[in-house]
Amino acid sequence: MKKNLTCVACPLGCSITVELDDQGQILSVTGNTCKRGDAYARTEMTNPTRSLTSTVKVEGGRHPVVPVKSAAPVPKSMLFDCMKEINKVVVKAPVHIGDTIIENILGTGVAIVATNDC
Amino acid sequence: MCYDVAIIGAGVTGAMTARLLSSYKLKTVLLEKANDVAMGASKANSAIVHAGFDAKTGTLKSKLNVEGCRMMPEICRELSVPYKNNGSLVVAFSDEELVTIQELYDRGVANGVDRMEIIDQKKLRELEPNISPEAKGALLAASAGIVCPYELTIAATENAVSNGVAFQRNAGVTSVDDLGDFFRLHTAAGDVDAKYVINAAGCASDDIARLFGDDSFKLIIRSGEYYVLDRSVGNTVSHTIFQCPSAMGKGILVTPTVDGNLLIGPTATDIDDKENTATTAKGLETVRRLAMKSVPCVSTRDAITSFAGLRAHPTSDDFIIGISDANHRLINAAGIESPGLSSAPASAKMICEALFEAMGAEPAKNEAFNPIRKEPVRFRHLSDSEREKLIQENPAYGRIICRCETITEGEIIDSIKAPAGARDVDGVKRRTRAGMGRCQGGFCGSKVVEILARELDLPINEITKFGGGSNILFDKTK
Amino acid sequence: MLKYDLAVVGGGPAGMAAALKAKECGVKKIIILERAETLGGILEQCIHTGFGLHYFGEELSGPEYAGRFIEQVRNTDIDVKTDTMVLDISDKNLITAVNKQDGLLHIDATAVVLAMGCRERPRGALSIAGTRASGIMTAGTAQKYVNIDGYMPGKKIVILGSGDIGLIMARRMTLEGAEVKMVCELMPYSGGLTRNIVQCLNDFNIPLKLSTTVIETHGKERLEGVTIAKVDEHGQVIDGTQEYVACDTLMLSVGLIPENELTKGIGVSLDPVTKGAVVTEMRETDHPGVFACGNVLQVHDLVDYVTMEAQMAGQGAASYIQDREVFENAEYISTSHGNGVRYIVPQKMNIRSKEDIKLYFRVGAVYKNAKVVLEADGTIISSKKKVKLAPGEMENVTVPADVIAKLTKDSTICVRVEESQ
Repeated sequence: MKKNLTCVACPLGCSITVELDDQGQILSVTGNTCKRGDAYARTEMTNPTRSLTSTVKVEGGRHPVVPVKSAAPVPKSMLFDCMKEINKVVVKAPVHIGDTIIENILGTGVAIVATNDC
Repeated sequence: MCYDVAIIGAGVTGAMTARLLSSYKLKTVLLEKANDVAMGASKANSAIVHAGFDAKTGTLKSKLNVEGCRMMPEICRELSVPYKNNGSLVVAFSDEELVTIQELYDRGVANGVDRMEIIDQKKLRELEPNISPEAKGALLAASAGIVCPYELTIAATENAVSNGVAFQRNAGVTSVDDLGDFFRLHTAAGDVDAKYVINAAGCASDDIARLFGDDSFKLIIRSGEYYVLDRSVGNTVSHTIFQCPSAMGKGILVTPTVDGNLLIGPTATDIDDKENTATTAKGLETVRRLAMKSVPCVSTRDAITSFAGLRAHPTSDDFIIGISDANHRLINAAGIESPGLSSAPASAKMICEALFEAMGAEPAKNEAFNPIRKEPVRFRHLSDSEREKLIQENPAYGRIICRCETITEGEIIDSIKAPAGARDVDGVKRRTRAGMGRCQGGFCGSKVVEILARELDLPINEITKFGGGSNILFDKTK
Repeated sequence: MLKYDLAVVGGGPAGMAAALKAKECGVKKIIILERAETLGGILEQCIHTGFGLHYFGEELSGPEYAGRFIEQVRNTDIDVKTDTMVLDISDKNLITAVNKQDGLLHIDATAVVLAMGCRERPRGALSIAGTRASGIMTAGTAQKYVNIDGYMPGKKIVILGSGDIGLIMARRMTLEGAEVKMVCELMPYSGGLTRNIVQCLNDFNIPLKLSTTVIETHGKERLEGVTIAKVDEHGQVIDGTQEYVACDTLMLSVGLIPENELTKGIGVSLDPVTKGAVVTEMRETDHPGVFACGNVLQVHDLVDYVTMEAQMAGQGAASYIQDREVFENAEYISTSHGNGVRYIVPQKMNIRSKEDIKLYFRVGAVYKNAKVVLEADGTIISSKKKVKLAPGEMENVTVPADVIAKLTKDSTICVRVEESQ
């Protein structure tokens, strides 16, 4: 069986074809232009992950919210659960780029970090 | 307390009347159902001061138009409202239409219009090089002009309020009790008592009259759609270009505006819903096509916005101004369709005369009346040295909020703090032009919301586009 | 009158990169004039990731990408004026700007880099019929409300335009709890990056309706719904395909327009396709000493390319300030775009250049397995096979120095697409 994917690892958006055997094991990955594409295709077939960006509430900052991102991709299926956690957080200014907001979101091992000063 | 006079409707007619009444010793209140003045026909029309050849001789329309056209330059000076005497042209495309413009000329003479001339194709093309080569000749009316209709309404209201008139917004009148000596008006903003009422409620003036037991007239609501084109094509024509009139109105015009844009429209479609200011694909297409008939190079690719305005067409085909037969303490100022803007200064005079007749005598003059409305700061029109001085006095004039139109934070704050000032985003826009440029508020819209919230001390999600439920934002995300 | 070697108008990614490059090249007195309260430009509100993969080799959010340049600017002696609006640039490169602290600023600059960015096309330009209800806004405005101000600009949303901002906002609003009903696209293809269609729409089952537009808005106060309809290949509405969609918000992502009002004021020639200045490979406009880069020159899809382009402008401005010989000896020919290519930046190239020149271009339609052909004087210099070419993605091709060395003032340089048979 063949599955077609569009790589999201970078803005190039390569069209990747993954060939699977009857047990769903990956036989080949083609169409990617880099290693990241190969890795993306393999994860996408087994445990798809996505980067998550949002904001968290700030008290006393220059804006009411500060942007945050997941330091690494989180499982795609957990995006909305992660949002619930992010929405619970309130931080106090000053916040700096790179500050850890949540150390390990929902046990994924991924941190949520600030991506701007506030 | 009981007011001497309540004016229902803060359109151009109501506002000009309020201003004139503020020159007398009277307690006057101006009631407006919307969140701002000029929210009906006064904000959405052709912005033309007609010369006055169009209306049938002997009608109120013809008399008040010619008189209003003469009064307009001086009133605009007093109120610091941009007015330009650019002249108008009614263009003839056929031999029959050449006959029509001659008829219009003759009617103009009968109506008392001066400075008219029938011009030939050659002269027409000299005056307007972009006019269609199909145009055979035109009626030139040198006394016609252009004015900003909502700015005139805003300025007249401001001046009236500065001279003591009370202004109530969101005060639509829902029912009336005649208590003999005075009326009790039940409004959305509470009860208002007044001895005399002037009904200047625009498209709703027949409904308002009915609340007083006057069902002597009926209005047909006629929608007119327009395009506003970018200032880069504002010089396409210098005169207001009309086509020959038909039963439905004066046809599609192409005109510069006092703000330097080009305005094309309107259509004329009778509608049932008095509040339906939606544009239609068909209407806009008609405007586009017919505007090109007069001026072929007009392109709606330069459009920055489109809008529809509603005209209150009286079945009698003439303005209804005078004491109501049903109640002699009610003065109607109804059915004010085109040329209502041009006539407004003269209409106000006539309305006041009717009021004084109802009162039995002309009231004493208000000695403190000041006809001058101080010109608002218009940073974009100032010289460098004037700008320097202004910013030194108030640094808010050094912060540009609307980049397309070069409007400063200071001007926006002024528009909010002015008498009967802006309470919503569109109100700021009409007073300052912030958001009226080519990006249509894309960049400055959110800043204007912030400034409104700060100055009115409201959370930003309570700021509206134009009052009512037109909020811009929902809840906080977090 | 303040005297500067270089004045940079705009402190977004383009302006900062141009100023930093000029500084690196040894330009002494540089000032950046920025209209917003902070440096960073539109990146401040672009909190999604995907920036910097080409330039930094890592995936950053907008503020992080901007932050790196802001940090670098702070570590130099480049003067920065924020909350400062440039009102006018004269043909003598005299700049008039205004802010609260200084009032009017008059700056005499030897060279000027224009980096004002772009603005979004508003509703008016589209002639959508209907009411003037609240809840109709550009995607960028909505982005500011949700990402900076922390307010929801809508709860039930239709997005018109599948450019990247529209796609990104579809995901953003969904994650914040809104219901994004659909993204409509007038064209038969999306104007956004493929990766954004995958991760912003497909991931959340948001339908992308191609060859579909919004023809009417409904609702007197707040928007209550829109009418959508299919369009034919000429963009004309197909009667009978109208459909009412209930929503409280219509977000428009229908194109970006370079903000060239100041540029026009100087008298610089503009390219009718890019709506930006006509420039050389140094990104110099046809007004001596005035350079342009970033989205004010051409709308980019990747900020990394903005940075690289701005560095060319910064370097160009530096050589203009330090040693005008290159400019005086230059001999320009126009680059021409052949089949399938909508435009090329730079529009002019110096045939005395000793270095390779990269030509950036966009195609006018979607192509599969096509070739990008570069020709000099009718001879094919290079022919590169591309699996996919799309209008939403900027391409480039290099004219090698040895080819340039052979060009004369009558030579032609052409980029075209050769479709597969």
